[in-house]
Amino acid sequence: MLKCPPTAKSEKHTWEGHMAEAALLNVNNLEAWYGESHVLHGVSFDVRKGEVVTLIGRNGAGKTTTLRSLIGVVGKRRGTSLFKGVDLLNVAPHKVARMGIGYVPEERGIFSTLSVIENLMFPPAWQAGGMEIDEIYGLFPNLKGRDHTPGTRLSGGEQQMLAIGRILRTGADFILLDEPTEGIAPVIIDEIGAALRILKARGMTIILVEQNLRFAASVADRHFVLDQGKVVDEISNNALDANMDRLNRYLGV
Amino acid sequence: MTEIFGVPVAVLLGQLLLGLINGSFYALLSLGLAIIFGMLNVINFAHGAFYMLGGFAAWFLLSRLGLGYWGTLLAAPIMVGALGVLVERLLLKRLYRMDHLYSLLLTFGIALMVEGLFRHIFGSAGMPYPVPPSLTGGINLGFIFLPLYRGWVIVISLVICILTWLAIERTKLGAYLRAATENPALVQAFGINVPLLLTLTYAFCVGLAGFAGALAAPLYQVSPGMGSSIIIVVFAVVVIGGMGSIGGAIVTALGLGIIEGLTKTFYPAASSIAVFVVMVLVILIRPSGLFNREA
Repeated sequence: MLKCPPTAKSEKHTWEGHMAEAALLNVNNLEAWYGESHVLHGVSFDVRKGEVVTLIGRNGAGKTTTLRSLIGVVGKRRGTSLFKGVDLLNVAPHKVARMGIGYVPEERGIFSTLSVIENLMFPPAWQAGGMEIDEIYGLFPNLKGRDHTPGTRLSGGEQQMLAIGRILRTGADFILLDEPTEGIAPVIIDEIGAALRILKARGMTIILVEQNLRFAASVADRHFVLDQGKVVDEISNNALDANMDRLNRYLGV
Repeated sequence: MTEIFGVPVAVLLGQLLLGLINGSFYALLSLGLAIIFGMLNVINFAHGAFYMLGGFAAWFLLSRLGLGYWGTLLAAPIMVGALGVLVERLLLKRLYRMDHLYSLLLTFGIALMVEGLFRHIFGSAGMPYPVPPSLTGGINLGFIFLPLYRGWVIVISLVICILTWLAIERTKLGAYLRAATENPALVQAFGINVPLLLTLTYAFCVGLAGFAGALAAPLYQVSPGMGSSIIIVVFAVVVIGGMGSIGGAIVTALGLGIIEGLTKTFYPAASSIAVFVVMVLVILIRPSGLFNREA
């Protein structure tokens, strides 16, 4: 398979200088395809350790595909995404989780044939330092006492908590969260936001795909704007208010 | 002698026993078929061919290599399972993303080729296979004389079916398998090697078919056609039980074996179609099968 031309790679490194060093994940010129359709056209961004960054953009901009490309569930990929110095494009899909990357899909992916506790216990713990069940219940009290309820019997918000909770057990310290607030009651959104801030305080690194700007601003350090399969802008959370007009133009609000 | 509806009890029980034995083979085969369908989404038409290969492997190991019955019963399924690994890795794997029809045609083609090849080499007549000395004879249960080998077939089939069911419904590995049918990409994202899991599942299930073939060898003769004659009934069992329902396949298999036995007693002419009459009725009343969870 064709790799990114070396010149482009070295350019990026000098261009970024000190930032590349501190980055836990460095995505460079990532392209991805679903079958014949070319979805990502060169996504570049970086995530530093302990940071929460968001990918924002319109529907179809490539946010979800970017997450899916990192864990290898798209068709063809090109470019690089260096995680702790290893290019994820060369890692087999089932080995990505073993590097401490936890994925919470947009559709939540709660298994209907498994109960709440079985869903929680489902992903193998690949790294030390994962949360205990009690800690997870502390973070998401709604899940407590629901052990034997079938996972998909929970409300949408509770399923979202379950989807995040089960990743925390695995010892993952890098979490990919795809639209955790989509279609969820405001009260629960607040609880999820609070939980994310606790996780961040514990040193977790998070990539958050989000359409809900207010929620994104409440947890994130930086925002990357995607449009038509590319990162077109980067806005730090402090500068969000000042750049609202620019952002709304991107989002077409 | 007592009679029920004009049939001597001993005859009735004898037919019930035969039905139970047939049911045991249906169970071993339909179990694998249901798992393969449930987990891999493949309608494995080659299942009968693997059953036949199990019989031939046992025959070959016993008569040519002099391996004893117990050795062949262990080795034959392993050989068939290894062949299953090759079929899955080299051929079937490429078709998962496509319509059911492709894997159905592929496995059907494999079945025809294997059966044709064996017919060409061995002819249509069966190869004799002796009952192992340790299982000859029988015991008088008072109401019926039970040949030991037949009792053994029923017991070991039930034990294997129940163990397989437990492994899938009650173990962590089984949970991975069940979840992988629901959402393979996500299970993979949790760090589980799903392609390997699928290969092992296929190998295990066709290995079960091979085991059934080896187990059947002393009862029925080993012949190239033994697979195709049983597989149609086995497919009916899976359809009746509900495609992909594992417990359903086991219960249905035994039940249908017994229904067949009873039909043989009371109305022998209908015995070969009894299963299909049941299938038609079930499809009319409950199209997704008796035990299908989604029904």
